[in-house]
Amino acid sequence: MKSRTQRKLFIVAVLAGITLAGYFTYRALQENMLYFFSPTQIAAGEAPNRTFRLGGMVLAGSLKREPGTLNVSFVVTDNVHSVPVTYNRVLPDLFREGAGAVVIGRLNDSGEFVGEEVIAKHDEKYMPPEVADALEKARAAQGQ
Amino acid sequence: MIPEFGQLALALALCLALVQGTLPLVGAALGRADWMALARPAAAGQFVFVAMAFGALVYAFLSDDFSVLFVAQHSNSALPVFYKATAAWGGHEGSMLLWIVVLAFWTMAVAAGSRSQPQEFASRVLGVLGIVSAGVIAFAFFTSNPFMRLIPAPADGNDLNPLLQDPGMIFHPPTLYMGYVGVAVPFAFAVAALLTGRLDKDWAKWTRPWTVGAWIFLTAGITLGSWWAYYELGWGGWWFWDPVENSSFMPWLMATALLHSLAVTERRGIFKSWTVLLAIAAFSLSLLGTFLTRTGVMISVHAFASDPTRGLFILALLAFFTGGSLLLYAMRARNFEAEGGFKLVSRESFLLANNVLLVVAAGVVLFGTLAPLIVEALGLGTISVGPPYFNLMFLLPALPLVALIGVGMHTGWRSMPGDALVRRLRVPAVAGVVLGIATPFVFFDTASVLTVLAVSIALWVCASSLLDPIRRLVYRTGAPLTRGQVGMHLAHFGVGIFMLGATVTSAYNMERDFSARPGDTIAAGGYEFVFKSIREVQGPNFVAEEGEFELRSSGELVALLNPQIRTYQVQGSAMTEAAIDANGLRDVFVALGEPLGEGAWSVRLRVKPLIGFLWIGSALMALGGLVAITDRRYRVAARETRQGAAQPAPGAA
Repeated sequence: MKSRTQRKLFIVAVLAGITLAGYFTYRALQENMLYFFSPTQIAAGEAPNRTFRLGGMVLAGSLKREPGTLNVSFVVTDNVHSVPVTYNRVLPDLFREGAGAVVIGRLNDSGEFVGEEVIAKHDEKYMPPEVADALEKARAAQGQ
Repeated sequence: MIPEFGQLALALALCLALVQGTLPLVGAALGRADWMALARPAAAGQFVFVAMAFGALVYAFLSDDFSVLFVAQHSNSALPVFYKATAAWGGHEGSMLLWIVVLAFWTMAVAAGSRSQPQEFASRVLGVLGIVSAGVIAFAFFTSNPFMRLIPAPADGNDLNPLLQDPGMIFHPPTLYMGYVGVAVPFAFAVAALLTGRLDKDWAKWTRPWTVGAWIFLTAGITLGSWWAYYELGWGGWWFWDPVENSSFMPWLMATALLHSLAVTERRGIFKSWTVLLAIAAFSLSLLGTFLTRTGVMISVHAFASDPTRGLFILALLAFFTGGSLLLYAMRARNFEAEGGFKLVSRESFLLANNVLLVVAAGVVLFGTLAPLIVEALGLGTISVGPPYFNLMFLLPALPLVALIGVGMHTGWRSMPGDALVRRLRVPAVAGVVLGIATPFVFFDTASVLTVLAVSIALWVCASSLLDPIRRLVYRTGAPLTRGQVGMHLAHFGVGIFMLGATVTSAYNMERDFSARPGDTIAAGGYEFVFKSIREVQGPNFVAEEGEFELRSSGELVALLNPQIRTYQVQGSAMTEAAIDANGLRDVFVALGEPLGEGAWSVRLRVKPLIGFLWIGSALMALGGLVAITDRRYRVAARETRQGAAQPAPGAA
């Protein structure tokens, strides 16, 4: 790589590569970003018509199974508003009524949240920060 | 008493680290040999005290001393003794202490291995390591003291998180930390070179074995973690693009780039500034990973409890080390002059491409990992970036990277005639493409374009790596291979095997959840799963529901599988223990879910072809590094060291 032209060519190639990579990153990020919404935000109609993350507490006593099948339903609440959730896969070990949970899925026409994945934490004492935040916001909004 | 003793030992280690981080550096600047000579004894003393502190913590665990808060939080008298010892790194405070022990160990090793290097240089390396050590010990001592008392002591402890009660806990964290912390060594060498203002081929030769050493541990540690997650978490996945996985993977990508860049600097005396930058970047990413893991900013399976002072402290460390070394770089790097040039078709060009692609890959992962933080900081909502982003974005640099390995290995330094290269690589290239197209269709009937492409590239790299060894072993032509070359071929062969495994297992795995009662037979993935029975079994500190499954292929019994759902008594939490039948070519994975009522259970069934190739490929990479590190030129350097130590230099008396 002695000559000037070669060096310039090299720099142009690198810059072009970076630009291309930046563009792809932007596109991929846009398509694969999942926003988080709390039951209160959903009640306010802020939730989009696409896949997102729902978080809150699993309402105690709300877990219902269709006997003999994988179908379950439960209610996710931030203690102000609630969203019914349906799910038909295996629930994670640390899923509990009365504990925090994050569900990835989308809303159907009747306002039910159809879960594709329930995220469980390694530690049941651990509250997902976004859920803790949502609960706090809901509590503050109610207090006003 | 013993815990206070441990705390005292940690305080003394901090004092010695401060000595090691100041006087030798000042001594090197002023040319005072007596100050520089303090570096080695300080490093040795620091290791002794850090080891004593760690011993005190392990002792507190083994003796069930629940008056120590950390022990009360992470152990229990019913815990098997094996896990009592490993519980010492089962939480934030203790694992920080492990971090410190590992750093002290590396520092000791550098102190012992650097005797052949000029005193001024070695003192600076040890001095920089001393500063790193002082920062991290101060962090542990002031924000994360594992010896904090809990008075009055509870009758029994809170138990170790059941997920961590696994043999993986014995090997994965120490191995990973050896790699993660080990990148501090090339960082110290880089900063020492900046301070000295001299960076030559000798420097690269000294730095390279340490880089490869840290890289071997990092490779092994990440692989162990992936394997552990695969069999223990019960989801059957092997990589989740979890922020914490990413924060060990980014330093790995950088360390990989660094060891290739060092090869160029050692052989040709070029890429000097770039090599220094990579060393700084690898260590910075390792510190960033520590920040992400330990401050609760990330939503992750590995997240430790959050504490804002800890976050600030680590951010300050990160700013100091990254900012300081970059500032030094800006002031000094122009002194490094390239010692030669190279042509477009040459080993140097391919290693440059390797470096650019690895850095792009690391950048993509970094961006995806930090995007949620950035978006949140800008007030644009709470987001998460899922695996699809990483899978797609990582492949873009990774595919050409792996494809270029096959060519790069066979190019010569400086320049190489293109036609000779083509002649040489015809056979493996054709073999890779033909087998890459044929294999998926022969074994799995269908294939996507991406699968064919990835399998072709993987097989091409395997074939290309075997070219020189076959020529040497079978045809007995060409020059004998050095251990460095054997290691390179082995590691690159491992990359091919890994990629083959990753592609095939991602493209052709069968993952399904079922509801089943004892007596049911489920047909899935070409097998029949007969759910025979379910019964209760008693473990040392848990009770379990254990299912019995027969795995049958066309009616023939292949294996008996016994997945469990364990309930650990202290924390009352349930844990899935999957049952796996592995035969090298495929894994069959069965996990029980929960009772569904009316005698039915949820069952996860997975058939994962070639997943074993992931672990074999990674093991080959690490083994390749191990072979390369024993190359003659490093042993010669070590022997010179011993002789130099035996005969005092003239004038020393």
